[in-house]
Amino acid sequence: MGKLNDLTLAEARDGLAAGDFSAAELTEDCITAMEAARNLNAFITETPEIARKRAATSDARRARGEALGALDGIPIAVKDLFCTTGTLTSAASHILDGFTPTYESTVSQNLINAGAVMLGKTNLDEFAMGSANITSYYGNVKNPWVGPNGEDLVPGGSSGGSVTAVAANICPGSIGTDTGGSIRQPASLCGVVGMKPTYGRCSRWGTVAFASSLDQAGPFARTVRDNALMLEGMAGHDPKDSTSAPIDVPNFEAAIGGDLKGLTVGIPEEYTLDGMPEEIQALWDQGAAWMREVGAEIKPVSLPHTKYALPAYYIVAPAEASSNLARYDGVRYGLRVEGATLDEMYENTRGSGFGAEVRRRVMIGTYVLSAGYYDAYYVKAQQVRTIILNEFNTVFEDVDVLLTPTAPNAAFPIGAKMDDPVAMYLNDVFTVPANMAGLPGISVPAGLDKSGLPLGLQVVAKPFDEETMFRAADALERAANFTAKPRYLGGQ
Amino acid sequence: MSLDRDDVRKIAFLARIKIEDAELEPLADELNSIIGWVEQLGEVNTDGVQPMTSVAEMLTPQRPDQVTDGNVTQKVLANAPDRVKDFYAVPKVLD
Amino acid sequence: MAYLIESDSGTWEVVIGLEVHAQVSSRAKLFSGSPTDFGAEPNTQVSLVDAAMPGMLPVINEICVEQAVRTGLGLNAQINLHSVFERKNYFYADLPQGYQISQYQYPIVGEGTVVLDMPDGTTREIGIERLHMEQDAGKSMHDQDPKRSFIDLNRAGVCLMEIVSKPDLRSPEEAGIYVRKLRSIMRYLGSCDGNMEQGSLRADVNVSVRLQGATDYRTRAEIKNVNSVRFIMQAIEVEAARQVDVWESGDEVVQETRLFDPNRSETRSMRAKEFAHDYRYFPDPDLLPLDLDQTYVDKIAANLPELPDAKKDRFIVDYGLSAYDAGVLVADKETALFFEEAAEGRNAKLAVNWLTTNLFGALNAAGKEITESPISATHLGGLLDLLADGTISSRIAKDVFEEMFETSKDPAAIIEEKGLKQITDTGAIEAAVDAAIISNPEQADQVRDGNDKAIGWFVGQVMKATQGKANPQAVNELLQTRLKG
Ligand SMILES: [Mg+2]
Ligand SMILES: [Zn+2]
Repeated sequence: MGKLNDLTLAEARDGLAAGDFSAAELTEDCITAMEAARNLNAFITETPEIARKRAATSDARRARGEALGALDGIPIAVKDLFCTTGTLTSAASHILDGFTPTYESTVSQNLINAGAVMLGKTNLDEFAMGSANITSYYGNVKNPWVGPNGEDLVPGGSSGGSVTAVAANICPGSIGTDTGGSIRQPASLCGVVGMKPTYGRCSRWGTVAFASSLDQAGPFARTVRDNALMLEGMAGHDPKDSTSAPIDVPNFEAAIGGDLKGLTVGIPEEYTLDGMPEEIQALWDQGAAWMREVGAEIKPVSLPHTKYALPAYYIVAPAEASSNLARYDGVRYGLRVEGATLDEMYENTRGSGFGAEVRRRVMIGTYVLSAGYYDAYYVKAQQVRTIILNEFNTVFEDVDVLLTPTAPNAAFPIGAKMDDPVAMYLNDVFTVPANMAGLPGISVPAGLDKSGLPLGLQVVAKPFDEETMFRAADALERAANFTAKPRYLGGQ
Repeated sequence: MSLDRDDVRKIAFLARIKIEDAELEPLADELNSIIGWVEQLGEVNTDGVQPMTSVAEMLTPQRPDQVTDGNVTQKVLANAPDRVKDFYAVPKVLD
Repeated sequence: MAYLIESDSGTWEVVIGLEVHAQVSSRAKLFSGSPTDFGAEPNTQVSLVDAAMPGMLPVINEICVEQAVRTGLGLNAQINLHSVFERKNYFYADLPQGYQISQYQYPIVGEGTVVLDMPDGTTREIGIERLHMEQDAGKSMHDQDPKRSFIDLNRAGVCLMEIVSKPDLRSPEEAGIYVRKLRSIMRYLGSCDGNMEQGSLRADVNVSVRLQGATDYRTRAEIKNVNSVRFIMQAIEVEAARQVDVWESGDEVVQETRLFDPNRSETRSMRAKEFAHDYRYFPDPDLLPLDLDQTYVDKIAANLPELPDAKKDRFIVDYGLSAYDAGVLVADKETALFFEEAAEGRNAKLAVNWLTTNLFGALNAAGKEITESPISATHLGGLLDLLADGTISSRIAKDVFEEMFETSKDPAAIIEEKGLKQITDTGAIEAAVDAAIISNPEQADQVRDGNDKAIGWFVGQVMKATQGKANPQAVNELLQTRLKG
């Protein structure tokens, strides 16, 4: 038998069910893979003891004939933004030094309840603010793919550790959060499947908040099917989150496997950007052609305010963040840097606890909410958001899903785009609109750029229609037949 | 709108983030470049458009008036950087 | 009635607006399931939500919404079917989230009115600007350690209603009556227990002064967190005087937050703390807008109890009370209830007298509330019946009342036990009258000579001889017949 950590989630599920191997054996291979991959810096905290214990519990359950669903005994990695009982939860920030929650986030608890096995807590951009996983207090994460000259690349962000764990075959699935593209963009840059559910599909309870009206948890996996299985384990109504939708979780796996007859796919013309690499435009056209071949009707559509989604996002998200991060004040948990007065203690703690990008965003957010600027910035941005949502609603009267590129570029070298924050923000230009409108979106690896680096295509669907999204993504995945491997796994 | 050193100092205090004097100028430049960029929203005609409060199209859920929590003092205090007995402790506040 | 301050430059009037913070009566907090009981051990009534642990989220308590609507209806106010929770951002040690969830642009209750019952029997209408719901903060203790303050979050997240008046109040006295009236209405509604010692009711007092006859407002100062009616009145008095002095001396009053120090009877600027406040309100993205439907509001309206103003009107009509008496009785829900029980089917004016003079006096002396009265309403009513049917005289009634207050016993039982029953048997009274006449021939002659005063003296003698049990009316009549007839 090969290394079990190379299996897809569905393969591992079937192998466990058939008794080909135990959860303990599967987990052991994943732990070995995790330890072997330390130079990628994907994990902030490895939790092999927890993993072994949960694997043993799973095996015992299966032995009793009480095996749970698809995730029972499956090793996964958890972004270090989800609070986990008894395990450091850092948000990759100095300010949460030593913070050990006494509670479990709803999403990670749902996965525990489904039998999943946590391998560890993964690295990310500090407080999920970034698109390259270079703002972490715990250092940057390396993409398992390397540049044409062997240079280290960013994995994308902010869920850089979770995407890398899956892309480097450490485990078949992982969870991240997506506020402006933090799952889909890294999935595109690392050649895996990453999806953001409809806002309200997964509970936000117990997940360190970045921007409350945009944050959604979602899964990474190497296939669309695996991704659907992961989402099923994470999602569900949570009365502890007022924005959690009281809607049942469908059998997402059942939605996939067929053709696209009767499906209308919209191609939004505004997603063609000046200066976008030719390969991305070509891949996008190719994606549409593939979908047409399996029965979809392709329809050009217009979302005229698309270009304003990103600047509006960079008002709304920092505004919410500036308020959400006010609780990190050195009083109840985490870092405290003493000062002579209460205000000095706050300033010292937050001054040294927050990294440069977080400080920048908290200050932008503070500014756009402050007296005299609120209407010009915050209210304006929320009005633009209404317009964007209305445009999506109109387009979705005519089409079932939208097809777009996921990111405007492939993975780039660590250290690039550092001097200009706005240039870095542009990474999310194609993913942000779905967050602004609360829509589900998925990135599927579809091809390679001229340097041999993966590129993803994004499928965006109507609210709470993840089934149609998975169905389209699955057909796209089969047509694209993406088999390239990163250098880390012997490819490239 | 362009921020100067004093504006940045004021914002930093509002956000309770200590910024060294030497950082004020470069930070002002960074913030100005971001603000300059987001100001393109000014091109959008938003007359009569309702600002969004949430994408979730549902009613605020309400919970019954039942005591279901509390009495977890040690959990609540477990991560406190400074505590005295069952209080959080902070530098003395003078009213 | 007018409260005016004379100075060299003229006569000043004071303009007052109050922001009253009333704690909503609920078992659990506004956004968490922690209890709200007063006086618990530090940080025991705190959940992960109240302590603002990372990832914690608010979910609204339905009773708090209902209490706010009920209170709004009690203030004859507009109920807003759409309201929004916003975050008020500032840093303070007892504010764990770094923001207070409050309502700002869209409060749950809009404009309303409160009617004040003035001591002269007139009424005065005070405008309500709005009522909104918000979280209370925790408590900082500054006196336990030389270098540190201690934080207790038990109160953090308790639901408050902030009731903002229009600047309609014109004297410390009116402000006091206004707060008492608000408290009375909320107690009737059961939406706030109004317990000021436990901090259930606190007020921010906005004060400005202007020359009499002026119509524009001058700069106001806000006196924060005053926690008794007496202090509210004192604070207004000293602040108004201070402001007149400031204007007189050619300076300007500055808009600022001040603190009332009752020990020194002065207000002090809190400017240092206010420096650079900018609350950066914005809708809380963790909560959706609060949307109510009209049938929900109508249902609450249909089930409102009779409120003090309506009860007062009814007491005036049904019991023939004066506006003043009715006002006194309805001010407190329990008093009104007690009165109705004691007065039902009896002489209402007599009931008022016994209640306001005798019972209030005795309760006051004993430091007790009406709810702790040793005399029940039924027993007081019983006493009134015994008076009415002549079983006892009003002199005896006073003794019985004292005994009732001591022992909580039924008045009939006390009378029985102590043999205090009025003597209505004519034979016995005749005997006592005759005995008195025989033993006092001189006085008897005076009466016969037309000295009517002496009759009164004889009545006293007979009452003394019967230990007050004789019916004074009957004694008087008998004396008249015996001596003059
Ligand atoms: Mg106020
Ligand atoms: Zn308030």
